[in-house]
Amino acid sequence: MAELLQFMSSGLTVGAIYALVALGFTLIYKASDIINFAQGEFVMLGGMTTVFAALAGVPLPLAALIAVVATTAIGMALHRFAIEPARGASPVALIMITIGASIFLRGVAQIVFDRRFHSLPPLLGADPIQFAGAAILPQSLVVLAGATVIVLLLWLLIERTLLGKAVVATAANRLAARLIGIDTRRIVDFSFAVSAAIGAIAGILITPIALTSYDAGTLLALKGFAAAMLGGIGSAAGAVVGGLLIGMMEAFAAGYVSSNYKDAVAFLIILVVLVAIPQGLFGRAKVERV
Amino acid sequence: MPAIAIAALVAILPLFFPSGYYYRIGVLVLIFSLAVVGLNLLMGFAGQVSLGHAGFLGIGAYSVAIGPVHLGLPSWLSLLAGALLSGGIAFLVGRPILRLKGHYLAVATLGLGLLLAIVLTNEARWTGGPDGMSVPKLELFGWSVRGATAWYWVAGVTFVCGFVLALNLMDSPTGRALQAIHDSEIAARVLGIDVARKKLAIFVISAMYASVAGSFLALFNGYITPDAAGFLRSIELVAMVVLGGMGSIVGSLVGACVLVVLPQALTVFHDYEQALLGLVVMVFMIFLRQGIVPSIAGALAGRRK
Amino acid sequence: MILEAEQLSVSFGGVRAIDEVSLSIAAGQVFSIIGPNGSGKTTLFNLISGIYTPSHGCVRFAGETVTGLEPDRLARRGLSRTFQNLQIFSRMSVLENVMVGHHRHEDTGILADLLHWPSVRRQNAATREVALAALARVGLADDARRASGALAYGALKRLEIARALASDPKLLLLDEPAAGCNPVETQEVDRVIRSLVKDGITVMLVEHDMRLVMNISDRVLVLARGRTLAEGTPEQVRANPAVIEAYLGDHGSKEAARAFG
Repeated sequence: MAELLQFMSSGLTVGAIYALVALGFTLIYKASDIINFAQGEFVMLGGMTTVFAALAGVPLPLAALIAVVATTAIGMALHRFAIEPARGASPVALIMITIGASIFLRGVAQIVFDRRFHSLPPLLGADPIQFAGAAILPQSLVVLAGATVIVLLLWLLIERTLLGKAVVATAANRLAARLIGIDTRRIVDFSFAVSAAIGAIAGILITPIALTSYDAGTLLALKGFAAAMLGGIGSAAGAVVGGLLIGMMEAFAAGYVSSNYKDAVAFLIILVVLVAIPQGLFGRAKVERV
Repeated sequence: MPAIAIAALVAILPLFFPSGYYYRIGVLVLIFSLAVVGLNLLMGFAGQVSLGHAGFLGIGAYSVAIGPVHLGLPSWLSLLAGALLSGGIAFLVGRPILRLKGHYLAVATLGLGLLLAIVLTNEARWTGGPDGMSVPKLELFGWSVRGATAWYWVAGVTFVCGFVLALNLMDSPTGRALQAIHDSEIAARVLGIDVARKKLAIFVISAMYASVAGSFLALFNGYITPDAAGFLRSIELVAMVVLGGMGSIVGSLVGACVLVVLPQALTVFHDYEQALLGLVVMVFMIFLRQGIVPSIAGALAGRRK
Repeated sequence: MILEAEQLSVSFGGVRAIDEVSLSIAAGQVFSIIGPNGSGKTTLFNLISGIYTPSHGCVRFAGETVTGLEPDRLARRGLSRTFQNLQIFSRMSVLENVMVGHHRHEDTGILADLLHWPSVRRQNAATREVALAALARVGLADDARRASGALAYGALKRLEIARALASDPKLLLLDEPAAGCNPVETQEVDRVIRSLVKDGITVMLVEHDMRLVMNISDRVLVLARGRTLAEGTPEQVRANPAVIEAYLGDHGSKEAARAFG
């Protein structure tokens, strides 16, 4: 029982991060049909920038703010200078552009920062909380709380603001949105900015637990992407559930099977899910029209 | 015709190599071209993306390491066994995976590639784990293939064979069916094409191309690590296909050439290598969307008019 | 009867797109389906050609039950079709498009294809012959070498017919072959369909051009909201007041008279 609880807490923590990455994918995908493989680099940039700003003597909250702002700016630049000029390119070409961007950002990070692993001090101290026999890191609670707040804010933004409505309209039908006067280019810009900010925050939250380095983004992007697919790409609820599920499955696989194969189990389950329910848990099956 | 031109190019090029180092680059270009031709058959002709092809490259690479070291098999037999194993795995997983389309297919193949890479990394007893293992030299009919010059000819002949087979396939009933599937699956089906079977066939063939290329890579380098099967390698292969031009067999050679030569040319800027590589991929994809060869062909055709 | 459908139904998201439609087509006929937009004509085609699976009912083709069979299986039994919104293989030349149509008769293994054995050369030559002949029948022989993307809309419609013809079908489903065609092109479509029938191919037609339908059809089935409204010879359908009303509304009877005239 204690063991189960232990695995669940670590699974939920890392799952919350996957969920945030998946949300970033989903937001950009909804607004532009683009799968942004550089999403993992946003997470890395959030963590690394905070670490290095803090090392330079900036107080931690300010360092985190700088990291979020900088990453957001990079997200918007990615859209303006790499995605926007390639409008109308094939999906494979667009995927390759974002992968190129991810390699580029990683390369720049290893020059600007360094190639070592870094950590941040946990917000609520490092002493584990004992709960029903399981040792739970206080930072896990911070991650979960942070992720919940982001999901709620995002929900409010989408459901309760005019900007959010414009995003939904753009996602539903880009041409129609443009016809009623929505500047869809700005909406996509906005979606990249918000995705980057979410990624950066996720990076800052997880760094005290998982460490970060210039190349930490790849695996996070892959898992987040997988989570988005598992949930059914384009579904925000699906992204959150998909992320948490993958985090949990991974934690249980690491605990009960073998920690070497924890990544393998996640991808194996994704393969099975894709083959069995290709539209994902929350997606809708499409009827082919000819 | 293009086959003869390519064969001539491969044969004549060494005359312009100022040093043995260039042979080494040439070998790498030829080996990657072979894998890229195979992947191009799948992506460019049949229109099915694979983000996990390095997995098959890895199987080929490790088979020529594990075969001789652990099982006492000769290298050439291990190479064949690796190709068959790659084809077999592609055959088993291909049918369910290839039913998927677009992004779903991308993530499924990506997952498959990662799984293969994870297995190679973790089965340290057989593969040496993350540190990799050394690979015995290739012996062909008593001739031990060593040195970049010898390898240039072995890789060159194999590449030309792979190139010719690909051209043959495209000019055949199967090739036409595959191209049809790329443009309209539904129209292909109402014309009696068993879409699932054709996709599976080309997936298996392209996996075997990657496997053979992987075996050569391992034999040539004399060493192999799980990176050969990793995600970045898969992306590199896809980038080569797209850079050269989807559906252009000649483009496969060009794409491989650019992405093999570029990092070598950039070793001067060692620290900047990754950043520049990413930048190059982005710039090419933005400004030469069709890929190098089709873009040039299009420009020439435009001028003729 | 070459094709019989009984009580065919299908629903999408709770909406009955096709509701218990039955029909039977004698070999050598031209059988047309007409109806207002959204009445389910193309959906009926999709059910018969195996693209959708009916939720109820059954389809018999050439005496055998083929309900739920995949389109490629049906094609190999001799049922082919064209599409309302074109499904051209746009990367291939006009000739290659039609060559693909002959695929079900091509008989080379993948190993032979890779090695380009003599059997493949012979097959390629034979397929090319068939394709050129099919192109000639629809009046596109001179365009064989062109890129398919370079053809005009009306020509692409006929290209799809040629492609389906190359599969040597017993039953050919044509989905709006004259849509977007000018009068000359429509005349050409009329000529092609007549020549098909002369060769013993049964034609099932969805078309909005009433003049074409009434001229060429042996029987006409009128669909409205997924149900059969009427069925009969062109004369019977033309005279059916329910058809005129449903099809054009009562204000449209004058236009109807003109259209059907």
